[in-house]
Amino acid sequence: MIRTLLALLLALAGTAHAEDIILAPDDFLASAFGGSPPPAQTLWVTGELRESAQAILGHPPRSLRVRYWRDSERSAWILEAIGKESPITAGFVVENGELREAEVLIYRESRGGEIRFPSFLRQFPGLRLEQSGLSGHVDNISSATLSVNAMKKMAALALLLASRS
Amino acid sequence: MSKLAPLGIAAGLALSLTAQASPSVEELAEIVAAQQEQIDALQQNPSASRTHIGGYGELHVNLVKDADNEVDFHRFVLFFGHDFNNKLRFRSEFELEHSLAGDGAPGEVELEQAYIEYDLAPGRYVRGGLMLVPVGILNETHEPPTFYGVERNRIESRILPATWWEAGMAYGGTLAEAGLSYDVVVHSGLAVDPANIAIRSGRQKVAEATANDWAGTARIRYHGVPGLQLAASLQYQEDLSQAADDGVDDALLYTAHAIYNRGIFGLRALFAQWDINGDVAAAAERDRIGGWYIEPSVRPDPRWGVFLRYEALEQQRSQEETNTIAGVNYWLHEHVVIKADYTVRDNPDDSEVKSVNLGFGYQF
Repeated sequence: MIRTLLALLLALAGTAHAEDIILAPDDFLASAFGGSPPPAQTLWVTGELRESAQAILGHPPRSLRVRYWRDSERSAWILEAIGKESPITAGFVVENGELREAEVLIYRESRGGEIRFPSFLRQFPGLRLEQSGLSGHVDNISSATLSVNAMKKMAALALLLASRS
Repeated sequence: MSKLAPLGIAAGLALSLTAQASPSVEELAEIVAAQQEQIDALQQNPSASRTHIGGYGELHVNLVKDADNEVDFHRFVLFFGHDFNNKLRFRSEFELEHSLAGDGAPGEVELEQAYIEYDLAPGRYVRGGLMLVPVGILNETHEPPTFYGVERNRIESRILPATWWEAGMAYGGTLAEAGLSYDVVVHSGLAVDPANIAIRSGRQKVAEATANDWAGTARIRYHGVPGLQLAASLQYQEDLSQAADDGVDDALLYTAHAIYNRGIFGLRALFAQWDINGDVAAAAERDRIGGWYIEPSVRPDPRWGVFLRYEALEQQRSQEETNTIAGVNYWLHEHVVIKADYTVRDNPDDSEVKSVNLGFGYQF
């Protein structure tokens, strides 16, 4: 049994394509803007905005500026947050103060990858910013609590930044 | 000339020099932008954040009726991890149990995880080393803020001997559209003593462990509905005692659990059972060992929640132990929890043990 399984593992390792990007950021942006994303812009996260971002994240934002893409009322944000140990890269589309789309772009954690499941991500569209959190409940994934929390914080941050851009 | 004239000349000169040295607002903006570029680049430099440290711990106080009370720093755990690149990583878990280890001391120093993991593709991994066996709810996720109750439930202690780790190789992945994840592991096995056929004491902890008979575990989990997790694991070991002709032969473990969180309501339920072949196991009426529990909970506020848990287990046929636990968790922070519960245990000999348990736990 052991030899069979080892052979299976080696075969899988040999044939698989090494790639950990779930959705390339460029593909996410193209999808968000019907194939032709607008040029990137920069938002400085300083002063009162920085304090509001800190209230959402529980710590100061890592960067003083954030790149974003906007076309009229529709904006796209690519953010990063630590789940348990490693950064999760996620993309959010905001329109008229409401989340339209949430996607996990790059996942680097050892556990908690279930946040990429459509059944989880479908909970985000329609949510708005309320105080320092989201306006609606996002059901947790047991065994992926830290990754779920990171996604919720990034979603709220995207809504905050969109309101100030 | 006024006595103040030299001062005025000096001040004027200084102002002039300052004006010449000072950049314009536009130049300042360029400098700040350039510095920010450097900061961004440093923050995204993988070498700056490749090694990770984390941990968790829990302190328990058990106030037992008609028996000695006990205070115990039950677990102090440190995680060390390193990302060699985006696809290859090392993870480990190092634990001190019961605060003090050594000759005659109640605790142990344990290496509970130490493995290398490689991402074959998004949602597909291969892993090798010392790892947690994919069974039950708590064996892989047992940080104190993630569960109710000061002490872990008895099913995931006596039937599923959490924390349970073995050495082996694993392959797993996710089928995102279907909401499924799966794991297959071939690993070292238990070495149960035929004299008592106690599963928990059969753990060898990968410490110069007997490896005559290996085991295989497969698990499938469903997450297709928000808040829901359904999971089932199957394990087979060729010889549970790893010794020939001792009356304890091959064994099959099957376990399933459900977790459902909807709004403020939560529910956990788990079933686990061993079927053990062999004359000695049958004669000792330990050829079937199993148990189950159900745990409804309500969390009206993110800071606190209450729960009720009922557990039933048999470590020998017709020798049922039950536990009824009611309690509360109060989260000072999402990663720091204070716990209290009241537990009533009914033993197979009809004796009863009542206790009030207090504790706190953390993770980072």
